[in-house]
This record gives sequence, C-alpha cells and structure tokens, in this order.
Amino acid sequence: MELEDGRFELREIQKLEGHTDRVWSLAWNPVTGVAGIPYVFASCSGDKTVRIWEQSPSTASWECKAVLEDTHTRTVRSCAWSPSGKLLATGSFDATTAIWENVGGDYECVSTLEGHENEVKSVSWNASGTLLATCARDKTVWIWEGEQGNEFDCVAVLQGHTQDVKMVQWHPTMDILFSCSYDNTIKVWADEGGDDDWACVQTLGEPNNCAGFLVSGHSSTVWALSFNHSGDKMVTCSDDLTLKIWGVDTISAQSANGYAPWRHLCTISGYHDRTIFSVHWSREDIIASGAADDAIRFFVENKDKDGLVDGPLYKLLMKEEKAHDMDVNSVQWSPGEKRLLASASDDGTIKIWELAPVSC
Amino acid sequence: MVSGLINANPVVYEKKERRVRSAPSDADEYAVESIDQQEVFDHIRDIKDPEHPYSLEELKVISEDAIEVDDHRSYVRVTFTPTVEHCTMATIIGLCLRVKLIRSLPSRYKVDIRVAPGTHSTEAAVNKQLNDKERVAAALENPNLLDMVDECLAPSYE
Repeated sequence: MELEDGRFELREIQKLEGHTDRVWSLAWNPVTGVAGIPYVFASCSGDKTVRIWEQSPSTASWECKAVLEDTHTRTVRSCAWSPSGKLLATGSFDATTAIWENVGGDYECVSTLEGHENEVKSVSWNASGTLLATCARDKTVWIWEGEQGNEFDCVAVLQGHTQDVKMVQWHPTMDILFSCSYDNTIKVWADEGGDDDWACVQTLGEPNNCAGFLVSGHSSTVWALSFNHSGDKMVTCSDDLTLKIWGVDTISAQSANGYAPWRHLCTISGYHDRTIFSVHWSREDIIASGAADDAIRFFVENKDKDGLVDGPLYKLLMKEEKAHDMDVNSVQWSPGEKRLLASASDDGTIKIWELAPVSC
Repeated sequence: MVSGLINANPVVYEKKERRVRSAPSDADEYAVESIDQQEVFDHIRDIKDPEHPYSLEELKVISEDAIEVDDHRSYVRVTFTPTVEHCTMATIIGLCLRVKLIRSLPSRYKVDIRVAPGTHSTEAAVNKQLNDKERVAAALENPNLLDMVDECLAPSYE
C-alpha cells in the first residue's frame, strides 16, 4: 500500500475509562496482537495505578483485566514491557521503579529498584531485555542489569544532563542509549570499553554555531524520542513546538561496532501549537505525535517534492484536531498486523484508533 | 521589622471595587456563559501572598489588565509581577495561580502563567518551570508545597 497515494481516515474504535486522574503513558505488550494472541497494553496514571487492558477475542472490545495498585505511592509516570512481554517496568514520582511479572493472569511486583533521589520519569528495556534504563528529575540516567531471580543491579549512573531527564530510550537493535531533557538536549550514551564503561558520546544540543558547524537542536524541553524500524533515523519532540528528524550512517555505525554520530536532517514546524509530549514512529514509517493542543497528527516522508530540491522532507498525512478533551500525553502504535494507535490524555481516558484507508 | 522576609516592606494598594456582574433580564439559564477577564480576575484576586497577610491584588502582583482571555479558543494567560525582582516566592505565587485556575475554570481551558517581562532576575527559568506540567504535577504531590499553596488559596474561597 502506498501511503501517500491513499487517503486515510482515523477511526475511533473505543474510549477506555477507568483511571481517576490523568493518564501519562501507555505501552503495548510487544508479543501480543500476533499469532492469535489478543492485544494487551498497560497504562499508567496520576491516580498512582497501572491498568492492564486486553482485547476480548470474541467481542473485539477492550477490557481492563488488572489494576496494579498499592505499590507506587505517587503518580506512575512511565511503563515499558520487556521484549519477551513477560515483565513490565513502571517508573513513579515516588522515586522507585517496580518490576511486575504476569503469573497466570495475576501481576505480581517481583522487584523494586531504588536509587534515584526523586521522581522517576521514564523506563526503557534494551533490545535483548538484559538492561533497563531509568531517568529522573535528579538529572541522572541509571542502567540496571537483570540477574537471576528478578534481581537488578545498577551497573552505571550517567551524569551529564544539567536538568531533569524526561525520557530514556534504547536503540532498537544496538546497546546505545538515548536520553532527552528539560535542558533542551538529547544525549547519546555508549559502553565504550564493553565493560560497563558507559559514557556520553554525543550531545544533540541547542541551536548554536559550534566551530562553524550549525547544530540545529531544540530550543526548549525535549519530551520524547522514537526510532524508525531499522534504527537509522530518530524523531524527537519538544516544548519548542517542533519535531526534529535525526539520521545516522548505519554502515559506519556497524563498522564502528555501534556508535556513529547522529546529525539533524530536518525540522517539522508550524503544526502543533502547544507543547508536543509524545511521538512514535510506526513500522510503516508513519510518525504519530500527540500534544497539549489536544490533537494527534501523522507525518510521512515527502517523496513527491514537486520538483523542489529544498521541498520539505516530511509532510502532514492527516490530523485529528479534537482527539481528546484535554492534553494528549502519549501516542503508541500497536505491534501486530493492524494499524492501531492508542492515545492517553489528561482527560483520564485512553482511546484506541485505527488508521484505515478511506473506502471508496 | 521582621527579619528573613524576601520583601520586608511591600507597598500595599487599595483593592479595586467589586463590580456586580450585570445579567440581562431575559437571560437563558442554560445558555453557555462566556468567560471574560473580570471573571478570571475574580478567581485569583484574593489569593494570599505567600509571605504577607495581603492579597495578590493588594500587592499589585496581579491586575485585571494583565489577564488575557480568549474564550473561543479556551485560552487564558496570566502575567504576574513579583514585588521584588529576586523574589524566591515567584514560583510559589505562579503555582498558586495555576492551581486556582485549574480548580476554577472548565477543563477545556489551556492556561499559561508567566512573570511580567523584566520583573524577575530568573524570568525564563521561572516561566519554564511554571509551564512544565510534569514539574507542576510533581510539586503538587509534595505535601509541604501543597500545604503552602492551599494556605494561600484559602481566602479566595471565602
């Protein structure tokens, strides 16, 4: 299917209610939605709980299967499934990260990771599920290694950001970690010696002219980042109302055994008119963004540049102006065959959408 | 003179006269009433200053003119003027304004809070913090801060 030729519409499949405060974030279980396994995702909220939602195979409707409560004592800000789908990590303003295991349909908290001085804002598993990264308002990024019996050891505390760290995200194939911050920068971290010798190898900073080389970074808080499927491009979103696309030369990255410098490819501006909180790149290269203007927007690469050499590299595919009644905090594409998107909002609801071709 | 106050001797101004809102005689009680500058001002004028027994109105930290409302776009911006330019209470005042407006205005409203340009030594930093909803949410889960905010807001509910 050629995305740019077809016309699309966004269908609201279901609105999920249950959380009693704003929903901050959500995460699809990566092994669901395929081979007959029903879709599952987790959501977390200012109501201090995590909810597990599952699509009923018979009615196709979404139901809350579990409420994970009485563990976090403050807002649960972030959640992430391990690649195997067996463990769920949740980061909270209570300064802890909890690890949950699905035991026969019941979710048990099997480990609590303590160390951050204050609010944990994001959690992320690496591609193999051996490492977990967390970040906090304390300006640090921690890397934890999973041991036998759900024990987690901190193997590195990364310092470099000058303000709170909003999000951490591992590269989809390599053990390279990315973090974005209230200090307006994105930092790239790599294990240079291969012996837990983690260090910042690049900072994608504010707009400035560094030794005659123009760096086109964000000019305010960077809230989120996401990679394309192959991992040679990344998109970031910011309080400066822009999305930025960054690229890396994969050939040199592989020969350098991982890290090669990332560079700014283009800036998507003039669309959202309030802070962009969330961005997610789909397997089909559709970039979804959710913002404080209550809207969700979709962008695709602009393959038809009208013969203009300097035409925009990405264009708006479509927008949903009033996607929620309040700020959209998180947008996440589903795994599996369907083109489903889940969105979480300050209005306390989650919506499931399907991006479908317009039937003629 | 009490020592330890950020601004020990603030200038206190007279309160503006309270206007009674005029209601048209044929008012439809189900009609959507639009929100204006005066209504927003009425929500926040009685907020108590964090370190003085005076309201933000009496200290001229806020005024009706410094409130911008676009009811059609559901947007409010409040610009406040700290009494001294190195005022460490600026973020608390901003937090009080934000909390009061969250509790008073319909949830469709988007609210921006800022210090008046040139009235604070760390203007950009204060503005950034006050408009980062994650930092605001975390601050309001801090019992000490929340107590402080609630104390300042108490008079405005009388």
